[in-house]
Amino acid sequence: MSVRRIAVLLVLLAGLALARPALAVLPGEMLADPALEARARAISAELRCMVCQNQSIDDSDADLAHDLRVRVRERIMAGDADEQVIDYIVARYGEFVLLKPRFSLRNALLWGTPLLLLVAGGIFVLVAARSRKRAETSLSDEEKAALSRILGEAGGKQQGGV
Amino acid sequence: MVEAGHFALVLAFALALVQSVVPVIGARRGDERLMAVAGPVTVTGFALTALAFAVLVSAYVQSDFSVANVWQNSHSQKPLLFKVTGTWGNHEGSMLLWVLILTFFGALVATFGRNLPRALRANVLAVQGFIGAAFFLFILTTSNPFARLRPAPFEGQDLNPVLQDIGLAIHPPLLYLGYVGFSISFAFAVAALIDGRIDAAWARWVRPWTLAAWMFLTGGIAMGSYWAYYELGWGGFWFWDPVENASFMPWLAGTALLHSAIVMEKRSALKIWTILLSIITFSFSLLGTFLVRSGVLTSVHAFATDPTRGVFILAILILFIGGSLALFAWRAGALSSGGLFQPISREGALVLNNLFLTTAAATVLTGTLYPLVLEALSGDKISVGAPFFDMTFVPLMLPLLLVVPFGPLLAWKRGDLYGAAQRLLAAFGGAVLAVLAVLLFVDGTSVFAALGAGLAAWLVLGALTDIVTKSAIGSVPFSVALRRLAGLPRSVFGTALAHLGLGLTVLGIVSTTAFQAERITTVKPGETIEIAGYALRFDGMTKFDGSNYDEDRGRFVVSRDGGRALGEIMSAKRFYPVRQTPTTEAGIRTFGFSQLYVSLGDQAADGSIVVRVWWKPLVTLIWGGGLVMMAGAAVSLLDRRLRIGAPARRRPTAAKAGVPAE
Repeated sequence: MSVRRIAVLLVLLAGLALARPALAVLPGEMLADPALEARARAISAELRCMVCQNQSIDDSDADLAHDLRVRVRERIMAGDADEQVIDYIVARYGEFVLLKPRFSLRNALLWGTPLLLLVAGGIFVLVAARSRKRAETSLSDEEKAALSRILGEAGGKQQGGV
Repeated sequence: MVEAGHFALVLAFALALVQSVVPVIGARRGDERLMAVAGPVTVTGFALTALAFAVLVSAYVQSDFSVANVWQNSHSQKPLLFKVTGTWGNHEGSMLLWVLILTFFGALVATFGRNLPRALRANVLAVQGFIGAAFFLFILTTSNPFARLRPAPFEGQDLNPVLQDIGLAIHPPLLYLGYVGFSISFAFAVAALIDGRIDAAWARWVRPWTLAAWMFLTGGIAMGSYWAYYELGWGGFWFWDPVENASFMPWLAGTALLHSAIVMEKRSALKIWTILLSIITFSFSLLGTFLVRSGVLTSVHAFATDPTRGVFILAILILFIGGSLALFAWRAGALSSGGLFQPISREGALVLNNLFLTTAAATVLTGTLYPLVLEALSGDKISVGAPFFDMTFVPLMLPLLLVVPFGPLLAWKRGDLYGAAQRLLAAFGGAVLAVLAVLLFVDGTSVFAALGAGLAAWLVLGALTDIVTKSAIGSVPFSVALRRLAGLPRSVFGTALAHLGLGLTVLGIVSTTAFQAERITTVKPGETIEIAGYALRFDGMTKFDGSNYDEDRGRFVVSRDGGRALGEIMSAKRFYPVRQTPTTEAGIRTFGFSQLYVSLGDQAADGSIVVRVWWKPLVTLIWGGGLVMMAGAAVSLLDRRLRIGAPARRRPTAAKAGVPAE
């Protein structure tokens, strides 16, 4: 159970979750080279701590998260590129470990929804605007006739009145 | 005594049933007497719910452990404030708070809505009663807070220590005022659908209620974010956690509703869309309640093993969302839409705002529910976390934020884009300066952070431009400008403040994300940690006895570049013996708008301790911006036009005050 979840879940899960005061990344785990360590942190932020809820291994104090952080750093020290490190972890723990799911057919709807909705909504707005414009500008023949009749009458009255 | 509370709740349920049926029949038949039932029944229902709530609070204050709920969540040694707040620090109590606020809003409509058309008022209160009845039934059948224990235990099990914080006193009530406040716009929308017409009174009423709910929800989210920030010891302010998303979705939809309601009030356009948005916004509130209350987030399986509550709330969800959408599909065609406008106009800008905000809300919805749905359908487990939302939500927000300053400067019906751009030239110049300043003086490599700071400056200066333009400061004599400034409608200031607050929040987020510094290290007493030009000397640990916890406090003396001491930071670890739970109490010191944040880890036998220190530049602006947004909503609510029940005869006075450029 994650500490974060509690405060966030507040009232609800209160009582189910346990807080643990230990810190996530520990001084002993960190790599000496700041550039490599920064890469390890960035990779860790994308990997899920699988025994936690929606927490990355970079945030979690769970033992499993610790093990994974050490693994990630081992792979970096072994000369792996970021992608290779992630592939290495996914090969062992499955795609569940990725906090950002891969682009795949299974996740098409997940990634596609924002764009799909924006485009569909945009088209809808444009169509609605065009139909409004048409409604605004075009008069039916009957309306035109009625209009000219009214104008004619008004004009006639004015002429007569003034 | 406690049984009196239980009984009051049962009575409130019965009244809610009356409230949901009788006025509708009255409205259909045009029977004044049946419609008149709604008011007194609503107010009495609120009084009874308040009584039930007061009884539960008093059981908590008296530590009456014969009540199971009190026993599970309280302790005789707990400070009084947390005894009181513990009332809603659990499932049953928080649901009681939910219905208390629901009936409170209902009573407000009943009391101040005397000038509403009678049928509309009756229908609105009936819809409120219907929602109330469903939730009363839910509480009475699955979540009774008044259940007794026999024999009564001597001592309680204490409240989860993480919740023993002032945050619990503020965050849930604000959040619920927001969530439940949207039920009013929902009730008005459904009432309009039942009635088959929307008149001027409808729009005048919906906007202030939406504004008030939005104000509370903004405050609730900001407060929750700050609470998580200081209580958890991670220093994070937003985690894209499903529970946070549950409150963020109604906020996004509510923000869209707020803007479309303006169009509807001023120009009587977008009527049908506003009705739909009212339904969507409250649906998100219900969905949030479902997600948080059913346990479905913990895991689909946990939901399946104990589904009583979850299934009940799911049924409520389907009934209200499905029912209102079906009603919408059936009746929306009968509503007339009016108000023509050009694409480049205030209305057009607000449509754009709605397009992006609703897409953003749908994106958050998809990201939150996709893993649940996928697992339920195929058994495949995937995770959707912060990196996903950063990649989808943020790009959706950027174009919206870029056009925000244009909106208020465009005229209704047919706007002058070129003119608005000209007026915004100074703001644009300021934004460019901000970008350059970040690149030159802060960090020449973080181009994105610099652009982010520029965006924040653009929003802030754009909001000020609106005020300057409308009061004509600089183009007319100063005294005239001042008079025009004083004569501006308050809603103009409200808009400017809200947009300015948005800019501040963006600035806080950009600055904290891009420029925060972090040190993770082990220190012994006497050693110093250097971070962002500050030096923190660790002075060792001391013990402290709290009323219901033991505390280990670490003292850090802060100085600037080894110069004179600026003060101290106390960071602590607590242990609550009743629940056998440790917590961290982060040490935070604010410098201007920035903060130093110290969190303690494990202590070794030789007295050294693991410490995590952050420098968070401008971090307080994240929540400060939220407060400014709230202030904007409050100022706007004070606008004479919106003041609830403002008699018509006052209106000429308001007009005489002079409303230029509106």
